[in-house]
Amino acid sequence: MKLNRRTMLQLSAATAALGASAFAAKAQAIEELVIAYNVPLPSWDPTVGPSAVNPTIQGLYQSVFDQYILQQPDLSPAPGLLTEWGWNEDRTQVWMTVREGVTWHDGSPFTAEDVAWSLARVANPETGSPIQFVWGTLANHRVEGNKVIADVAQFDPTIFKWMYFLTGYVLPKAYYEKVGAEGFEAAPIGTGPYMVDKFERNAFVRLKANANYWGGKPDFDTVTIKFVTDSAARVAEVESGNSHVTLEMPYEEYDRLKGGALSGVAAPISDIGMIFLNDIEVMTDPNVRKAAAHAIDKQTIIDRLLSGYGVKIDTLETPEYDAFDASISVEYSPEKAMEYLKASGYGPDNPVKFKIQTTKGFKPKDYEMIQAIVGLWRKVGIEAEIEVYEIAKHYELRAADQLAPAAFYNWGNSVGDPTTSTGFAMFGPSPHSVWDGEDLIGMIGPLWGEADEAKRIEGWKGVDRYIAENALVIPLLQYVQPILHAPGVVVTPHASGALLPHLMKRA
Amino acid sequence: MRLLTTAITLFGVAVIVFFVIRVVPGNPIAMMLPPGATEADVARLTALYGLDKSIPAQFLIWLGGVLQGDFGTSITARQPVLALVLGRLPATLELSVMALLMAIVLGGMAALLGTLRRGGRTEAAIDIGNGMALSVPDFLWGLVLILGLGVFWPVFHISGRITPSLDLPFVTNFYLFESLVRLRFDLLVDIVGHMILPALALAIPLAAIIGQLLKQSLKETMHLDYVTLSRTKGYSETHVILREALPNAILPTLTLVGVQFTFLIGGTVIIERLFSYEGLGNMAIDAVINRDLPLIQGIVILFAVIFTGVNLLVDLTYAALNPRLRHG
Repeated sequence: MKLNRRTMLQLSAATAALGASAFAAKAQAIEELVIAYNVPLPSWDPTVGPSAVNPTIQGLYQSVFDQYILQQPDLSPAPGLLTEWGWNEDRTQVWMTVREGVTWHDGSPFTAEDVAWSLARVANPETGSPIQFVWGTLANHRVEGNKVIADVAQFDPTIFKWMYFLTGYVLPKAYYEKVGAEGFEAAPIGTGPYMVDKFERNAFVRLKANANYWGGKPDFDTVTIKFVTDSAARVAEVESGNSHVTLEMPYEEYDRLKGGALSGVAAPISDIGMIFLNDIEVMTDPNVRKAAAHAIDKQTIIDRLLSGYGVKIDTLETPEYDAFDASISVEYSPEKAMEYLKASGYGPDNPVKFKIQTTKGFKPKDYEMIQAIVGLWRKVGIEAEIEVYEIAKHYELRAADQLAPAAFYNWGNSVGDPTTSTGFAMFGPSPHSVWDGEDLIGMIGPLWGEADEAKRIEGWKGVDRYIAENALVIPLLQYVQPILHAPGVVVTPHASGALLPHLMKRA
Repeated sequence: MRLLTTAITLFGVAVIVFFVIRVVPGNPIAMMLPPGATEADVARLTALYGLDKSIPAQFLIWLGGVLQGDFGTSITARQPVLALVLGRLPATLELSVMALLMAIVLGGMAALLGTLRRGGRTEAAIDIGNGMALSVPDFLWGLVLILGLGVFWPVFHISGRITPSLDLPFVTNFYLFESLVRLRFDLLVDIVGHMILPALALAIPLAAIIGQLLKQSLKETMHLDYVTLSRTKGYSETHVILREALPNAILPTLTLVGVQFTFLIGGTVIIERLFSYEGLGNMAIDAVINRDLPLIQGIVILFAVIFTGVNLLVDLTYAALNPRLRHG
């Protein structure tokens, strides 16, 4: 073929036509909502396997399945498939009233049998639920009319909170028993606001609105959720108009794009950044721990590294959590830090040395934050060596109680209860805690089974105060989740961090 | 003999992968356990996934399964590994083949043009272009293409393999091939629109290598006596290059293309991730992140099969084209 100006123009026109055909719908009003999501969905069963406890996937699950109890955007519970719930007087039984008039996506009626079966299934160790240790505290599930009753094998004051937390989903008994686990993976049904229309693993899921949804039909009839794991590619998706909504991009990109052709919403979510302190080596010295805590200027780190998107915290409770106590604070004071170090014989000329571990790129600016903290520590007489590790290694080391004296981590607690933040992070016998002090174990122990809710929450506040005063952990910040979206859609953020299509409306 | 060495290679890969992924930090049970789990919960789940046995014992169980066609079950997807990886293989193969064809066309054209206009500004421009293409890695080309042809001038799709809203009547996972066979040109255009940018990102560096080597090879051949003889017979320069010099000059390029094709398939891991293309590479990254041990093993074995298969194919093709090799 002879390549001349005419041929070039013809080729360009053909290319443009190809593009135009591909993007014909882009400029039109939003008919089919397209979301560029940051993680793929590995499995459709929200109650077993690793994805069941992956907080970032819960938004996808909650689009198709309902939890026992509804969680509102501010994390508070509300009637869902269960309309009422509680314990009997002596706390030996739980009771739950099941919503009537609800149907599964295949049109079959939702009943109390489904709730009892779902609870019993995850309580069975053979099912493989990672949360079996919670669901196993209930036994002998039975149906009485539209009520489900279960015996309390071991009293857990947070059992109803788990009903809107990880693995707290109701699955269809008859359908699941008919199609089996593989059949359910291939064609999952729930009672949720959307039904699965098409699923291409690692590529996309296409959802159709559930016209019979008990909470009202969602605004968008069709929603496509594309799995776009690279943040630069997600930004390109919304910038090019291929997707209408995306989340979790660098804050600089969020600031660059939110005021132009795109809109943005950035709200605090239940994830926090923190530094675990392991009671080994120099961390057994309270002066070193307190110096490390007082030497960190959290607000400046948030302002400079996260463009102001973050909320400074001094306990493992965020303002939305039940046991948040604003009166507990750890001030930024390099002077105090130096005093503490001096009391133990350390200073800028004779620094205390330890290792700090961190991920790099797992959370926004995680490594950079630790670099900044190490810089602040150096000024007061702490010389910390940074070790970068993968998040998988962190889990393994933490479970084996082999973390370095300091280790950065992010903790999610979308249920907002102190047991699932301070409790599991700081209770020595838990495989997820690296602080083994007997004094703290003694304080936390009685709170696990405390039946008086007010007393329980006050107890946890006391634990948080003790932890802050003795610097047993260094809470840093509550993360803010950036969401970019087209002007044609209104996005309601959920404090759990779940991006929920049924909370999105046409502008 | 060649089949035997291939089998030994694959067994070696299997052994190395199996042991390495079990000794590197991070195990799937630690990753799936939520706060509050006890030691007993850890033990229960470890046993559930068969990770409580010694590594050699796990290997023997796995190997026994593989010999019967059972590569185990993915921990995250809870599906048979073999079905998962074979389901993704067509996507990666189609992308790789398209990238290879683009690289051959682009590199070949650059080489032929550079030879035809050798010594002039055209050849200099081609050399500069080749240098640029080689010095930028494929994932960076991917980002450039996304920005250029996806955002600023949104001509092509920048994520996925096909538009979700289209009706997909596919029986196999060879979407491109099947849409062509079924004469579904609407799907074909959409699929090509999704594949062009990732394929081009993969093709650009390889095209530069092909262009450089083929041009060099052609220039050397152009000085040989038989080529000079052709010229004296009055054949045009284009005829001399295409008919006389190219068949001889292409052999080293062919070997290189075979070797580079395996690297190109390896490059799909990053490119598929960048373009959210649902191939094996994208799946491999998720498997590694989630420490999905059975899935990692399955993907690596499949990659190894592809690599050894391609090398075998190149050797056979080379022997077919070069009669001297056929006789040892």
